[in-house]
Amino acid sequence: MSRIAAVAVKEFIHLQRDQISKAMIIGIPLIMTLLFGYAINHDVRHLRAGVADDAGTSTSRLLLQQAQATGVIDIVHQADGPEELQRLLAGGEIVVGIYVPQDLETRMQQPSEPLAQLLVDGSDPVVLSAARGLMQMPPPDSDPGSQADRTRIFELLALYNPERRSPVFIVPGLCGVILALTMVLFTAVALVRERERGNLELLITTPVTGMELMLGKIAPYVVIGYFQATLIIALGVFLFDVPVLGSFVDFYVGVGLFVISILTLGLVISTLATNQFQAFQMTFMSFLPQMLLSGFMFPFEGMPKPAQWLSELFPLTHFLRVVRGIILRDADLGMLWPQLWPLGLFFVFMLLVAAWRFEKRLD
Amino acid sequence: MTAAIVSHGLSRRFGDLLAVDNLDLEVPAGQIFGFLGPNGCGKSTTIRMLCGLLTPSQGSADVLGCSVPAQVEKLRSKIGYMTQRFSLYEDLTVAENLRFLAQVYSLPARSRRSIVKKQMQRFALDDRSVQLAGTMSGGQRQRLALAAATLHEPELLFLDEPTSAVDPESRRQFWDYLFEMIDHGVTVLVSTHFMDEAERCHQLAILDDGKLVAQGEPQLLMAQLGASVVEVEAAQPREVRSRLLEIESVWYVAQLGSRLHALVDPAVDDPLKALDTYIGDASMRRVAASLEDVFVMATGSH
Repeated sequence: MSRIAAVAVKEFIHLQRDQISKAMIIGIPLIMTLLFGYAINHDVRHLRAGVADDAGTSTSRLLLQQAQATGVIDIVHQADGPEELQRLLAGGEIVVGIYVPQDLETRMQQPSEPLAQLLVDGSDPVVLSAARGLMQMPPPDSDPGSQADRTRIFELLALYNPERRSPVFIVPGLCGVILALTMVLFTAVALVRERERGNLELLITTPVTGMELMLGKIAPYVVIGYFQATLIIALGVFLFDVPVLGSFVDFYVGVGLFVISILTLGLVISTLATNQFQAFQMTFMSFLPQMLLSGFMFPFEGMPKPAQWLSELFPLTHFLRVVRGIILRDADLGMLWPQLWPLGLFFVFMLLVAAWRFEKRLD
Repeated sequence: MTAAIVSHGLSRRFGDLLAVDNLDLEVPAGQIFGFLGPNGCGKSTTIRMLCGLLTPSQGSADVLGCSVPAQVEKLRSKIGYMTQRFSLYEDLTVAENLRFLAQVYSLPARSRRSIVKKQMQRFALDDRSVQLAGTMSGGQRQRLALAAATLHEPELLFLDEPTSAVDPESRRQFWDYLFEMIDHGVTVLVSTHFMDEAERCHQLAILDDGKLVAQGEPQLLMAQLGASVVEVEAAQPREVRSRLLEIESVWYVAQLGSRLHALVDPAVDDPLKALDTYIGDASMRRVAASLEDVFVMATGSH
């Protein structure tokens, strides 16, 4: 009995001396509850939408106002025509497009005709079902009698992934999630291991600079990252019939940018951790919010604004948009530029932080 | 004679602990300079400060004309450092370790191969070139570490307790390597807690509690010891020792097996006579001071 007590007391002392474990006792329940509470929200509203109003009449304006008023969409883009709507959808800047044709007034007279076209990014099933909410909207006329027999206001056009198979949507995102975990783990332990084994004391007396060490450390993992991305997409294509609509060159450019940015996150962790276990803990802590808030598990649109702002900081959030855009919507890099520069910025910033944090000193 | 290292008031504090206290050093070039002292006396801390790995809390040091740690990057290719703990990659082979360092030190690509090969021959590692460093014995690791530290032909070599984990035969061999390097004009700064190794150094600095307590040539330190040494051979040395320690003019008595070394105040004209009544039937004689005696005197254990 006293031996059990001795072990228990000793264990408490260990715990008390280990700052990270102590932080995890409070941090994990706190962060997990907050993240899940915010992230799991299937009441998806305020979808980013673009409109192309070719009619330009008071009725068309009323129709669009009503659509906005439902709260299902937020009109963030005024497009010149259906082609621009398609381009915005492919680039991921909007997930819903409303096209009002020129002959709106004529259509108003024919109850069987839909008034406008609703283009929806169907690659995300949650977005698609949320957008369907617009279909229940009342028609844009104050006189209910003349519209009573109108069957539908919108003609729904679900673009991309028309069969709505979930692997098609999941696999490209999975590519990002797997890379975000493995790449960070590899580099997070890289420097710590050298410190633990005593190699670092020798290494820092050599002329090698902090930046050379950092770049040399991540170089092999870029190759491994490419290998993993290829493996995941190949499995997706051959086992789950995931169609790759965009170009492989674009895909690999995106993967490269994402891999180097996420590797520098590992490097920064490596300069903060004092042993491999701590590096694992920190990797885990950095991975959780990324997985929950990046839009991989729960749609971005369902999250409150602060959670969305936070997730804009994660490389995974941007990469998910890039990889889904290229693979599912045939987007090219030009369209995805708004997602590419944050990845580049993240890489440069974290690399500088890591090189700065890594001093060639022991004190 | 030029100095390879000069330090003034070099100090290093870790929290409340003053690990190195106001160290004034002058290490002559082309010699083996030894740091002698017990564990925790500040040997490693001093070496790390001189290599630029630790920032001094106070004071300055000048290594090969560069002030550390400010100009340490200029110094990197001119110094070699062998850490106390084996610091090469255990999952790399002997040749891979050396090739890696040759590249890190930017040795010319054309001669890299031959330099590594030459180094493996020189340190009797050529038949182990494909062996993983982690699977080697203490002596082999130590030869590899020395080969790695001297790969880029440094002018100054720092060795932090290089022989603490190896057998006596390897230690002897190791010192042969050091003397060979001195012949090539290299300066060696080595820390140790072995007296026989300390005795082999050209110059010796004895550190105690972070302070420099004695410095000079080992022979001179022994000759100029400020005490008379009496060796007592007794059947019950512990009993005799406690009796001797009661004498006021006896500063310290060290036991070496069945023999005792008593350090006696040099003011006493005839130390043998002063001790005579205390040792019973044991025999005694005056002997020359050993380095151990110097060490005991210097570290103030009396």
